[in-house]
Amino acid sequence: MGNKQTTFTEEQLEAYQVALHGRYRELAPHLVPLDYTNNPDIRVPLSLIVTMPELKENPFRDRIVETFSEDGQGNMSFNDFVDMFSALCETSPRELKTIYAFKIYDYNRDNFICKEDLQKTLNKLTKGELTPEEVTLVCDKAIEEADLDADNKLSFADFENMISKAPDFLSNFHIRI
Amino acid sequence: MQLYLSLNAFKDAHICVFICIYILIVSHECKPYGITLSTKIQPMLFAEEARRRSRNRRSKSQRKAKQVSEDEDEEEDEEEEEDEPPRRRGRRKTTKTDEDETPQRRGRGKRTKPQDSDEDDEGDKQRAARKGSKASKKKAAKETSDEESEEERVSRKKAGRAVSKKEKEEQNKEQKGNVKGKDGENKDKKKKKKMSSSSSSSSSSDSDEESLSEGEIAALKEQVEEKKKLIATLRNKPWRMKKRLSLLKEAQDFVEKFEGALGKGKGRRLYAFKVMMTKVLMGLPYGSIPRKTVPRDEEDTAMDFSVLFDFGVMIFALSLNTEFLTCSCGIARVTEITEERGYCKYSILFYGYYNNDRTIGVLQYRLPLSYLLTSVGVFGYSLLVVIRTMARNANEGGDGGDEGEFIFSWKMFTSWDYLIGNPETADNKYASITTSFKESIVDEQENQKDENIHLRRFLRVFANFLILCSLGGSGYLIYFVVKRSQEFAKMDPKTLTWFENNEVEFVMSLLGLVCPPLFETIAELEDYHPRIALKWQLGRIFALFLGNLYTFLFALFDEVTAKLETEKSIKNATEWALHQYYANYSSFYNTTDVPPPKVAPADVIRGPCWETGVGREFVKLIVSDVQVTYLTILVGDFARAFIVRFLNYCWCWDLEAGFPSYGEFDISGNVLGLVFNQGMIWMGAFYAPGLVGMNVLRLLTSMYYQSWAVMACNVPHERVFKASRSNNFYMGLLLLVLFLSLLPVVYSMMTLAPSFDCGPFSGQEKMYDVVIETIDQDLPAFIGNIFIYASNPGLIMPAILLMILAIYYLNTVSKAYQQANTDLKKKMQMAREDEKNRRNNKDSTNQVMKDLEDLMPDKSLAPPPAEEEKPPEVVIDKSVKPTKTKPGTAGKGVNVQKEVSLAAPNPRRPVTHAPGPRGGPPGNTRSPQPQPGKGRGQGAAPRR
Repeated sequence: MGNKQTTFTEEQLEAYQVALHGRYRELAPHLVPLDYTNNPDIRVPLSLIVTMPELKENPFRDRIVETFSEDGQGNMSFNDFVDMFSALCETSPRELKTIYAFKIYDYNRDNFICKEDLQKTLNKLTKGELTPEEVTLVCDKAIEEADLDADNKLSFADFENMISKAPDFLSNFHIRI
Repeated sequence: MQLYLSLNAFKDAHICVFICIYILIVSHECKPYGITLSTKIQPMLFAEEARRRSRNRRSKSQRKAKQVSEDEDEEEDEEEEEDEPPRRRGRRKTTKTDEDETPQRRGRGKRTKPQDSDEDDEGDKQRAARKGSKASKKKAAKETSDEESEEERVSRKKAGRAVSKKEKEEQNKEQKGNVKGKDGENKDKKKKKKMSSSSSSSSSSDSDEESLSEGEIAALKEQVEEKKKLIATLRNKPWRMKKRLSLLKEAQDFVEKFEGALGKGKGRRLYAFKVMMTKVLMGLPYGSIPRKTVPRDEEDTAMDFSVLFDFGVMIFALSLNTEFLTCSCGIARVTEITEERGYCKYSILFYGYYNNDRTIGVLQYRLPLSYLLTSVGVFGYSLLVVIRTMARNANEGGDGGDEGEFIFSWKMFTSWDYLIGNPETADNKYASITTSFKESIVDEQENQKDENIHLRRFLRVFANFLILCSLGGSGYLIYFVVKRSQEFAKMDPKTLTWFENNEVEFVMSLLGLVCPPLFETIAELEDYHPRIALKWQLGRIFALFLGNLYTFLFALFDEVTAKLETEKSIKNATEWALHQYYANYSSFYNTTDVPPPKVAPADVIRGPCWETGVGREFVKLIVSDVQVTYLTILVGDFARAFIVRFLNYCWCWDLEAGFPSYGEFDISGNVLGLVFNQGMIWMGAFYAPGLVGMNVLRLLTSMYYQSWAVMACNVPHERVFKASRSNNFYMGLLLLVLFLSLLPVVYSMMTLAPSFDCGPFSGQEKMYDVVIETIDQDLPAFIGNIFIYASNPGLIMPAILLMILAIYYLNTVSKAYQQANTDLKKKMQMAREDEKNRRNNKDSTNQVMKDLEDLMPDKSLAPPPAEEEKPPEVVIDKSVKPTKTKPGTAGKGVNVQKEVSLAAPNPRRPVTHAPGPRGGPPGNTRSPQPQPGKGRGQGAAPRR
């Protein structure tokens, strides 16, 4: 079912899936059946997913759920759910994490992180405690630093280049379940 | 901020931590009193009681008979008969051997006193046992037999050695004991009321008082019996259960409390334990070694409050609990404290305790040698650890060459820790991220700012001048105070007040409290960037601490030299007395085989033992430091937070946001305090080996205490600068402190003569003579030769020279590497810029290239269309089916990206190959004029 990211062994995957299914089901017991033999098309809405303790405090929880959901609206099937935790787990490769991180921070899904995206990110990170001037300054600076092709927005290449040198990206960008 | 995060671990447990700390404080506060009170008063009480009873027993048995029932009294009398003979024998001996008393016997006399009381105690116990219920009779009998055998032993001992004591001395003791006993009884009578009279006031004691107290004891005993009877018969009384219960409780409390005093049950065992503890603490078990026993004239006060006052514990207790029982009494006693006394001074804590025997036990443990080597080894090891840490930090720091590159983007994309699942932690993280952004913004703005440089320079010089002045002032103040304290030490101690006694520690702590805020205020003038300002501030506080410590040390050295003088005279006197003794003995008995003089260890004349004195100063410093720290937290943080929190409901302005607000947790200041504390430990550990253990305790308690304070009553610092692991600033300070604390210790080891009668090096000329002695005597001769050659200046000088050369060489090499490093970095920078240029068609980033282009006849900017197009495609490709990206495909996607980036390095090819015909893609509007036929300079040339 959800074994697209083969970062587990089979047994691990089994155990993981069982555990994950338990977690998934407890979000919406009335929606999710115990029996998954016929692959029923069931989706749990975003508002329920973000109540998980792992995500509850994350300022980017909505974006994370939207990114991993197939429809982009945050309604997650069980497969999406497994995908999410598989990508965010400790052992998944750096490249994968980079790709998903890029997607999470790309709010308007234009495949570039532009100034608006940065502003949104920053406001979520600081709970809007910076003044607008400061926000503008920080965003300008961030783009100036990381933008290699001078298009005033960050492409994936820019992002990858920047992230690959960051010391604590890998240690910070993972969720333990 | 880091600290906050790490402290989150404690968050859940902080209530229980608080409780723990509270318990610690309470026990810390109460325990000494418990011991000192009871151990001081009870022995006196019993000794007195015993003597009186033995004297008055017969004459007063009639009077007592009124109070106690007949049969009981008979039993008692029988008991007394049994007890009496040895004691009377002892007493007769006392009077008989009065004239031929020797100092040793005087020493024994002291010992008999507690035993006396013990005995009597046992008598009481026996009596009580017989009186007690029949069920417990068997057990009591067993105990009795035990005690009787003990008694026999005691009496035999006494018969053998004969109790002796100067009549006068005994009288004095008795008087004192009387007073104490009376105090105790008063206390008993009033049930826990404060002891009003100071015990050392010498009141005349006569027989009236004696008989009175005798009667009182009898009455007390009767009361206890009554209560016991009440407990036994309570069930039969026609009372309500409530009344019964309360009465029972009261009676039980009463019995438990006074039974001990009368020598039965748990109380008696406790009492015996206390007596034993007193003996141990006085050093009596080690009897033969003077340095381990408390001197005779200090024995009375050794277990007193004064010991606590010495270490200032009382101040702490006073401030915490003003109602405490001993308070008024304690204050009364403060004035009479003369100098440091107490068994602590002669305990394992201090240098003076240790023997100078070359070897100990079967294992031939060489105590003096190992004492020296350990002290030196601790320094060596600490040095090694600090330097290794620094080197590792430097290595780690070296990797972060790129650090300046992506400050803001890293903060933006990688600072949130996705693991955070706790609201409080999340709040802290938000705050810390905001702070770090603000910090970076300030950094950035700082770079652009440029103002009146002359004014600023002047202000900085001025501020430094002010700070130097205050540093000098504080140094002078401490020197002055220490000098004054030496004068006080010579004066009559009774005239000194408490403040005059503890002036040095007080002033030092006060300076430590007042100066840092002062420096901060002055530093406002300088207008440095916050991070630099913080470093300056820390450096200044550090200078203050260190300056104070060094002034203190210098003053201490003056004292040490003075002590060395007195020691010399005492030594001479002792030697002369010994010589006299030998001469007298040999002439009197006409023998050359003179046994060593028999002097009780407590009576031996001793020198001042300057090492212990120095150690004591350090212990006092540490203890007062702990107190000040804890009090500051309690008042400055806890009380403040309390007031701000609860007074806020009824105050005219917002206390939380306004003026007082909550205290900030000063990470840097605390780290500095730790560093400084460590320095004191390094310095003091040689003179007071127990200091290390004390410090461990202190650190443990203060960790929990401070973590509680942080979680409960502090707010995060507004501007916290991360003191990361790779920051060598604090380690540098630590190294400096280590070096500076090494100096005085090594100096004293190498130059000052050790005390002649205390410590492991007594009898040596210099402390390091121990090493030489060991080399001479215990190692093979050739090794001794090797050492002699090695210590030859002719060999040492070249070695030092060689080392200097090696340092020079290594320094040069490292500089060369550094140069290479910066060159490489520059190259990388250039490569990056180059890449940027190639991607960026405008060339605007590289001024030189642009100028070159301008010089060229036909300037053109041809866009390399390929790489402009590709990245979006790839990304789109991936975003179409986001959930179906398997790792393999993801890898492919990355590979595609790599291909793109690989394609980037040859952007000039399309230009040379006629971009015109291909034409720019329609979407590529960024290139301003993609005119065909106009390549770059080189590209255009071949076409023409």
